[in-house]
Amino acid sequence: MARRITALSVAALVCFACPTHAADYEIDVKGAHASINFRIPHLGFSLMVGRFDKFSGAFSYDEKEPAAAKVSVEIDTASINSNHAERDKHLRAVDFLDVAQFPKATFVSKKVTPKGEGKADITGDLTLRGITKPVTIDAQLIGGGDDPWGGYRQGFSGKTTLVLADFGIVKELGPASKSVELELHVEGVRK
Amino acid sequence: MITDTQEAYGIVSRILHWGMALAVFAMFGLGWWMVGLDYYSPYYNSAPDLHRSAGMVLLAVLILRTAWRLANVKPDDADLTQIERRVSRVVHKTFYALLMILLVSGYLISTADGRALGIFGWFSVPSLVAWNGQEDAAGLVHEWSAYAVMALAVIHSAAALKHRFADKGRTRNRMWSGSA
Repeated sequence: MARRITALSVAALVCFACPTHAADYEIDVKGAHASINFRIPHLGFSLMVGRFDKFSGAFSYDEKEPAAAKVSVEIDTASINSNHAERDKHLRAVDFLDVAQFPKATFVSKKVTPKGEGKADITGDLTLRGITKPVTIDAQLIGGGDDPWGGYRQGFSGKTTLVLADFGIVKELGPASKSVELELHVEGVRK
Repeated sequence: MITDTQEAYGIVSRILHWGMALAVFAMFGLGWWMVGLDYYSPYYNSAPDLHRSAGMVLLAVLILRTAWRLANVKPDDADLTQIERRVSRVVHKTFYALLMILLVSGYLISTADGRALGIFGWFSVPSLVAWNGQEDAAGLVHEWSAYAVMALAVIHSAAALKHRFADKGRTRNRMWSGSA
């Protein structure tokens, strides 16, 4: 028994030492150290800020090889929250997210282009309202390392801009409100 | 007569009946129209404000009307056939129930995030409950109970017109003129 544990420990050490092995992280939605926010101009007079309360995702990342990083996120579209129930009801309806028909929105990365200083362009497929389009997320490494509770974490921020009409949202909100900025803050816990 | 009698509807019941009938149809039309408004329509905010305010007034009136109905004798329907009597009683009771569901569900949409519901800018009714997904559930109930009230109104009107023009009994005109 003791020998077996030792063998396992050695195997684990070998794996940790392995320099090209990217670690897999799960986005910490349980502890809510992650949020997906959006903002869109209202009449061109202010920015209306909202969020998606429910989503999940994972990424793999190796600081020595950032170009090999991968990320995927799945958003529960019905969890949209703009701090106004009547507006949220409208945002879930056919004019906007049509959540009855399209309950999920997803992003799956295809290519990561490091730009140095922890920055990278993450290009991938965003599926929203059943329409898949390539988008590029402007990402920034915030930090990573051992957490105080025995885990290992890595965190990023990213943002991208979506043209509403590209995803079939054609409800007229005025000339200043044709596109929405998506902002992701994710902290992953290493699996 | 102010109160209802065995033979006739008093003035209070008749005003409540026709006033609410008119208001319910107007509210259905307003609701139908306002949900399709363009974001830049000048009525985009004022139409729903009117709809919400009027709805809360109607809820108060419906409660008063129910109390008035219970406090008064019900004019008899003895000249109806057995089946007519049964169906009309079910229709009338369903009207009260559906209107209550319709008005309460409207209130629940507007107060689903804890915000109070302002009434014509005079005062506001506070939010009493706010659970997750309330606006969607209440919205579905509101929409379908509105259609159901309209369907019931068609049945009710058809029956009333039959009594008015095809029958000769006591029921023929008393909701309009009081007695037959």
